[in-house]
Amino acid sequence: MSDHAVAETTDAHASHGHGHHEHGPFQAHHFETPKQQFDAGKFGMWLFLVQEVLFFSGLFVFYAIYRINHPEIFEWGHQALDTTYGAINTIVLLFSSLTMAWAVRCAQLGKKNGLVFFLVVTLACAGIFLGVKYVEYSAKFEHGYLWARYFNPTSDNPHVAEPPSISKEVDKVVEKVESDLGDHSAAAHDAHSAEGHHHGPVGPPPPNAGVFFSIYFTMTGLHAIHVIAGIVAITWILVRSVKGHFGPMYFGPVDYVGLYWHLVDLVWIYLFPMLYLIE
Amino acid sequence: MATVDTTTTYSPDSKPVNYLTQSHGFLSWAMTLDHKRIGVMYLVATSVAFLLGGTFAILLRTELWAPGHTIVSHDTYNQLFTLHGAVMVFLFIIPGIPAALGNFMLPIMLGAKDVAFPRLNLASFYFWCVGALFFLSALLLTGLDTGWTFYTPYSTTEYNTSKDEAIIAATMGVFVLGFSSIFTGLNFLVTIHTMRPPGMGWFHMPLFLWATYSTALIQVLATPVLAITVLLIIVERLMGIGIFNPVYGGDPVLYQHFFWFYSHPAVYIMILPAFGVISELISVNCHRHIFGYRFIAYSSVAIALLGFLVWGHHMFTSGQSKIASVVFSAITFSIAIPSAVKIFNWLATMYKASISFNAPFLYALSFMFLFTIGGLTGLFLSTLNTDVHLHDTYFVVAHFHYVMVGGSLTAFFGGLFHWWPKISGKMYSEFPAKVSAFLVFIGFNLTFFPQFVMGTRGMPRRYYNYLPEFQSFHQWSTIGAYVLGLGAIVAFATLVHSMFRGKKAPTNPWGGASLEWQCPSPPPLENFHEAPTVGDCYDYDRLRYDEKTEGYVMTK
Repeated sequence: MSDHAVAETTDAHASHGHGHHEHGPFQAHHFETPKQQFDAGKFGMWLFLVQEVLFFSGLFVFYAIYRINHPEIFEWGHQALDTTYGAINTIVLLFSSLTMAWAVRCAQLGKKNGLVFFLVVTLACAGIFLGVKYVEYSAKFEHGYLWARYFNPTSDNPHVAEPPSISKEVDKVVEKVESDLGDHSAAAHDAHSAEGHHHGPVGPPPPNAGVFFSIYFTMTGLHAIHVIAGIVAITWILVRSVKGHFGPMYFGPVDYVGLYWHLVDLVWIYLFPMLYLIE
Repeated sequence: MATVDTTTTYSPDSKPVNYLTQSHGFLSWAMTLDHKRIGVMYLVATSVAFLLGGTFAILLRTELWAPGHTIVSHDTYNQLFTLHGAVMVFLFIIPGIPAALGNFMLPIMLGAKDVAFPRLNLASFYFWCVGALFFLSALLLTGLDTGWTFYTPYSTTEYNTSKDEAIIAATMGVFVLGFSSIFTGLNFLVTIHTMRPPGMGWFHMPLFLWATYSTALIQVLATPVLAITVLLIIVERLMGIGIFNPVYGGDPVLYQHFFWFYSHPAVYIMILPAFGVISELISVNCHRHIFGYRFIAYSSVAIALLGFLVWGHHMFTSGQSKIASVVFSAITFSIAIPSAVKIFNWLATMYKASISFNAPFLYALSFMFLFTIGGLTGLFLSTLNTDVHLHDTYFVVAHFHYVMVGGSLTAFFGGLFHWWPKISGKMYSEFPAKVSAFLVFIGFNLTFFPQFVMGTRGMPRRYYNYLPEFQSFHQWSTIGAYVLGLGAIVAFATLVHSMFRGKKAPTNPWGGASLEWQCPSPPPLENFHEAPTVGDCYDYDRLRYDEKTEGYVMTK
């Protein structure tokens, strides 16, 4: 090993950790080749994503067990969710995955301006997603559609105040006819919601209906935390892109953050039908 | 890699610079990215945790000397066994061998300069520290008495808000420690996959690396489930989401499923690295090629995979369906097979070998004896009908201590003595080290063998009080705990003494053939001055004892 490499080694060890392993000199001293470094980083990120899937798996099991044991709370609860907002967010996130992938491509081709542009667009999408989420959460808080302990649907919601009666059954039939008339795609739900009338759940809440909102808030909440983490990571990539760190020889971090962002997107692709589109 | 330039490697008086003397000062350690220093920091930190958990154990055993009140109140007793379990499991056994010895040895055994992600490695260590602080705050500020398992509904009971801080602090600690463990595992998997030197295929790796690899697999695949589970406990306490709460239609037993989905594989996080250490100790000290290399390697992976399918055997009496219990019982039995494969291969390695009876080897022997007892008593517990009788008795306590302490702890000490010359560059004195191995073995059996007897006679675990007929067993057990504690102190004292008075260690004091015995003791920052030759890491015919250096040298 040459003097130069040794000096770099000392530098690498002297420069203190920033809490992220990919940061620092473009080739870390302990890798023999840039390819080895890239492969290590990529494999590491995949393992991290596997870990993430298992981290979310606990909540998916939570969902599955309640769905089997208490299907009625899902039938009731999902009506409180606004499919339009859910659909908008789905489109926004899917689009952001496209722009993220495009950003990775720009990094690989060394197109700095494109890279910066697509990262900014991705960040904007993440912001829109969280904004919509904020509006949705606010509505839930306003109507008392909260998790089990604090579940307290407000009495100004006429449906909730109603005692179980014939009219409830009638409502149900009407609802059924309505949904049978439209087809069951997300687009139909969009059009349906776009009519603008209030979409509250029909009938009084079944026992433990609040658990639906426990599931809703824990799953979407954990997902939102991941979106925020994604924003931090993309911002970090953006800063480095502006500094011109990435090019055909070194684009690993963009690629890794991109993979992470796709996972965040993928989780939402599951959450949207599981929470919003059930019958 | 060519020879490292003299100006950076040697100080003016041309005394070799090693990783310990490379740089000085607190920050040179606190901010180090060197896997060896991080390994040493882990070693110190986990040893402190071990002494803390050991102190709790001594207090517990002292309390149980007589029925009723002996030295502490029943509330304190509940907190003591909770913290003994939590500290020993999460702060010592899980990170003990992989993060301390593994961190130090893994890159060297691969002939690499460092792990794949050195910064992540340092971050893992600080996650460990933060997790330990959470535990410490649970210990000092509040009364945590849920047991290390945090079983619901006790841990989530709403009206018991006085326990909020304790349970949140402790589970937060588990959460953070979980990520420390995940990142260590991730780092090791990537390092082994991408940084093996040319010429070292998968089946040329030392078995310690196979064991570490299997462990890392479990760390990455199982720990996130624990992370989400303890997170749900925290959310349940703070917000009341009802997942584990029957008041809202939730299911407390679901918690047990979640918990054991991690915590049973975690048992293999604790014992697999120990298997790896023992494979090295047996082979090196027998100076004989390890018998059945592939079988030992595959058995590690088999244990790692089967370990994911047996969590239900913790729940035979928790109202699990009969079919599930039968299936879990059957799969549990099957784990005995790869474990026995290892034991028999080690025995075959020892057969007709010229054995060096040094302290590490004594620890390895004691491991084989104790782990076999621990493993065989596991079969009693995986049998459905006997488990109904033995569930939550001292039999279970004795069983898992035979595996965790008799297995992991003796392997930890054995590995520590084995690699100590490499880590510290000093030889320890053999006599006190052997005494420590002897004391640990005697003390351990004295502590836990009576517990098997008590358990079969119906003494439940975690009880503060007991019937007079159990007193003599409890007293034997308590005396054993003191002897075990003494053994541990002698072991640590021997090592600390060697740092000041020990002879300088040769490169290869035991005659090992794997790569770590080809770099200087202690290794330089870059581990190897020149690229090591990768050969068969269990071929001891290549080695010859050199009187002058009192170590072994490669002849070809």
